[in-house]
Amino acid sequence: MKVVFLGATKGMGRALARLLAQRGDQLFLLGRDVDDLRRSATDLELFGAAGSVGVAPCDLMDPSTFVPALDAASAALGGFDTVVVTAGLFATQDALEADAALTARMLAADFTNTILFCEEARKRLLAAGGGTLCVFSSVAGERGRKPVILYGAAKAGLSHYLEGLDHKFSAQGLRTITVKPGFVKTGMTAGLTPPPFAAEADDAARAALKAMERGRPEVYAPGIWRWIMLVIRNLPRAVMRRISF
Amino acid sequence: MDTNADNTNCPTSAPLTSLSGWGHYPVVCGHEVRGEDLEHLCNGAALTRGLGRSYGDASLPASAADTVVGSPLADRLLSFDPETGVVRAEAGFPLWRLNRLFLPRRWFTPVTPGTHYVTLGGMVAADVHGKSHHRDGCFGEHVTRLKMRVVDGRVLECSDEQERDLFRATLGGMGLTGHILEVEFRMRRIPSPWIWQATERCADFDSLVAAVESAGKDWPMTVAWADFVGGGKAFGRGIINKGRWAEPSEAPAQPPRFRHAPALPPIIPSWFLQRWMAQVFNWLVYHVNGSRSHVGIVHPETFFYPLDVVRDWNHLYGKRGFTQYQCVLPTTGNHDGHHRLLRTLQAQRADVFLCVIKDCGPEGKGMLSFPRPGISYALDIPIGPRIQTIVDALNEVVLAEGGRIYLAKDAFTRPEHYRAMEPRLDAWNAVRRTWDPQRALRSAQSLRMFGDRP
Repeated sequence: MKVVFLGATKGMGRALARLLAQRGDQLFLLGRDVDDLRRSATDLELFGAAGSVGVAPCDLMDPSTFVPALDAASAALGGFDTVVVTAGLFATQDALEADAALTARMLAADFTNTILFCEEARKRLLAAGGGTLCVFSSVAGERGRKPVILYGAAKAGLSHYLEGLDHKFSAQGLRTITVKPGFVKTGMTAGLTPPPFAAEADDAARAALKAMERGRPEVYAPGIWRWIMLVIRNLPRAVMRRISF
Repeated sequence: MDTNADNTNCPTSAPLTSLSGWGHYPVVCGHEVRGEDLEHLCNGAALTRGLGRSYGDASLPASAADTVVGSPLADRLLSFDPETGVVRAEAGFPLWRLNRLFLPRRWFTPVTPGTHYVTLGGMVAADVHGKSHHRDGCFGEHVTRLKMRVVDGRVLECSDEQERDLFRATLGGMGLTGHILEVEFRMRRIPSPWIWQATERCADFDSLVAAVESAGKDWPMTVAWADFVGGGKAFGRGIINKGRWAEPSEAPAQPPRFRHAPALPPIIPSWFLQRWMAQVFNWLVYHVNGSRSHVGIVHPETFFYPLDVVRDWNHLYGKRGFTQYQCVLPTTGNHDGHHRLLRTLQAQRADVFLCVIKDCGPEGKGMLSFPRPGISYALDIPIGPRIQTIVDALNEVVLAEGGRIYLAKDAFTRPEHYRAMEPRLDAWNAVRRTWDPQRALRSAQSLRMFGDRP
């Protein structure tokens, strides 16, 4: 595969990019900090990525960077067939409630701008005859829940968008894969108390890769969250009001 | 000391969590921060820890007010030179990943400890040794360069040529000289990724120690296991494992496959593991393992990391936890000291559920590194009301023999014992003083052993 990756320097993105590298895929990394991208590029080359891993600046907070970044990726890879987005912004519900500017940034990063980036990527993939668009949403988007009201709202919107893409464009060869991680122990969640079933980034990445290889449009990472969220989605409102999950 | 405390009264909510080493004793309340950007995170922090595989209190904060940085998310490979074998990585890069990446390419670290769930930073801080110490010394002998954040805030490189004192005090310095950010070391070309192993049974303690002493002449890697729970004749007998890298003509054509190790959940109660179970286990190892095919090819992970087939096997001891007492007894030409150690264990009725014996070669560069020429004993003992007495008694023997203990394992040694064993401490302290006059870097262990203040 020829993969453009937004978010490969950290957390689940780092883990998934390494799995792709170990398969011998070609990679091109997008992100804010070019020095940091270069460090990850070397890491991925040593993990077995095909050829040299290129990088280009791309800031999720600045949609004007999306087109030049994807142009650079396309030029370096000679076209691409896969786009992975793991970048995002997380903050606790308390922090978001206390800071409207932070909320605006989170909504822009996780909803508006991720979708804008996906739209640009989708057009290019479709123009090349199809491909894979793999985007990390979250189980937080499955239901309105007290600890993740705002973050969950952004991820719910993102998940809906991705499901729609899958329905509309799968016949044209675009495989849209929505990855819904549960609690994963990464730098993003460092400082939070891990619940039971907290997973490592490697576990979530393996689940995402399997879905990419099989073309499954939706995957919970790790798989146990499918059943947890099935229960949560079906809990009566009266119960949801009482629990703090 | 209250050894009955099953746990600390730590509030379950973040940011405070209970922290412990591999032995689950002691357990302290602390604040661990983790992230990819180690260089930034460790600025002003009191200590950096890796995967928490030191057994006692070496990786624990001196007080709940101290910030401890966890390095495992800083785990990128930075460079590898296939001409020289020199590899450089962020300090949180784990050994198991390095092995699985480079074994099929026929490169391996010249020194590996008995578990692969350690970070490179941790390997430097403890200056780990392995089955090949008599040939290859400690890990530090193969480290070419370190990138560190020192207490005054500077980020610098150190090596034998650059800030030599800092470099040598950091090898085996338990993270107390500065935060290790990046590690560069020289890997070794191996003829194949498989191990050629020979196993031999030794029916009594004297022949076992003699076998360990002599096997190193012919074999690059040796380790022995001894039965210290069996009664009568069984006491002190054991098995010696000798190994070398297999030649391509002996090795299977395929590289070894790597399995995902299942984890043992923390559900086993403290009373579970009993002396009779350890007796059965040790009996089985001696009779089944020792009688099986004596010579042949084995998987490198089976050879180097037999206990890692189950992750979190330390949960076997339950909440009470255990300590690993590791000491080295200098070579003297006879085995009197070894017998004194044995008699002390018997007199103390210590439950040594597992004992590993290794051959140590000369001291290396690390100013505080554990090994010295002699024989090393690693004894796994469950925590009980008498553990302090047992460790004290063992330390008296080690002190009389001119040996020393291993800081990465220790949780109970008294500072006066340690100082008496460690004439090198003053020189190391002097280097520490130049780089950290206020002793801003500290751990629960440095508080206990080096007289640091919380």
